[in-house]
Amino acid sequence: MTDPLIQLDCVGRRLGDSFTLAVERLEVFAGEILCLVGPTGAGKSTVLKLLSGLDPPHAGQIRFDNVPLIPGKWPLATSRRIATVAQRPALLSGTVRYNVEVGLRMRGSQFPSAKTTAILDRLNLKAIGNQDARTLSGGQAQLVALARALVVEPDLLLLDEPTASLDPAYVALVEQTVQEQRQRTGMTIVLATHNLFQARRLATRTALLLGGNLVEIAETARFFERPSDQRTVQFVEGIMVY
Amino acid sequence: MSGQFLAILQLSLLVSGTAVALSAGLGIPLGLWLGLKRFAGKRLVTALVYTGMALPPVVVGLLFYLLLSRSGPLGRLEWLYTPQAMILVQTILGLPFVVGIVMGAVSAVSPELPWQLRALGASEGQVRWELIREVRPAMLLAIATALGRSLSEVGAVWLVGGNIEGHTRVFTTAIVLETGMGNFGLALALGAVLVAIALTLNLVILQYQPRAAS
Repeated sequence: MTDPLIQLDCVGRRLGDSFTLAVERLEVFAGEILCLVGPTGAGKSTVLKLLSGLDPPHAGQIRFDNVPLIPGKWPLATSRRIATVAQRPALLSGTVRYNVEVGLRMRGSQFPSAKTTAILDRLNLKAIGNQDARTLSGGQAQLVALARALVVEPDLLLLDEPTASLDPAYVALVEQTVQEQRQRTGMTIVLATHNLFQARRLATRTALLLGGNLVEIAETARFFERPSDQRTVQFVEGIMVY
Repeated sequence: MSGQFLAILQLSLLVSGTAVALSAGLGIPLGLWLGLKRFAGKRLVTALVYTGMALPPVVVGLLFYLLLSRSGPLGRLEWLYTPQAMILVQTILGLPFVVGIVMGAVSAVSPELPWQLRALGASEGQVRWELIREVRPAMLLAIATALGRSLSEVGAVWLVGGNIEGHTRVFTTAIVLETGMGNFGLALALGAVLVAIALTLNLVILQYQPRAAS
């Protein structure tokens, strides 16, 4: 393993009165795909938000490239190395192309049009490039959200259930596209998913979250075949655990 | 009549145009700020803005008549029965519409959107710019509403302007005057011109409305 690209140390975040996330240590290594699995409300999205730097922890420290960051005050240059695809994409008014280009424009990127055309083409969105983004189906909106994150070629891509609204053919296309870009750019990916098959297909390592706690993190094959925690055994076998 | 007509046309456009520009210039930033900001008492401020939309123009006119009269606190300005006074009351009357419409539009934008823009590497300035872009249609609606209010207003401008021929007479006050004198045909003709002006200006405003993509 290489050095961690990003790590959480003794990080805690409260969400209301009933939920607290507490992660003693979570390292995400450069170039890997880390899958976060766990039941609904386990804290997967909260971990992604902490990793994005946009939701600061109430306790603990986050280091990016071994540099400790001040909660809520991450340098823009660091934030721009990260892109997040949210579970429910919020798109801007305007065309699909306008939405996909937004991150490039914000970075003052050269040739945003060519890069956008390439990613639209790759994700089979070229035909709807000039369509009003507000008229898209849930699945199409999810693809557009993924395209606008991939096109900026982030060092760290955070994906929150990115294929939840997609049919199997598009799930395969998304997984293939993400993998290709990872191989080409060395991008690191953290993926929150309920789809254990997807985790098995994609992940270098898999982590189980339960009730805001990190129960187990292991190489994917080991996680699914020889988990060390009884709760992981139950979760992998499809038994409800909380 | 043509000289008088031109003077009425000129003054109507000057008063309404300046008042709308001032209402928009003050109201759009204020509406954006109120829409984006979370603070204690926001509900009360919102209620006050919405109440401002229901202000009876004649009451506002009366208030500013008293403020601007020689013995009033703003009497030193010597604005009573001048176009400046008419612009002032028109601005005050248009402002709550601009603030309220823009504020409502900003509040209606998905709260997830700013977060997701930041998650794509947007600076705070870039987030604000995209939000302004999102509410552009509402800004145009606000301007059109303020323009409509301004062009059609009669009570307040009569009170503070005095309907002085060649000096403070605008379309609406001229229509009331001609109606009172029994010149219904002329009053209707002036009304038709006023509607035509409103239509033309709204068509110009709509040129800036973003067109829906295919």
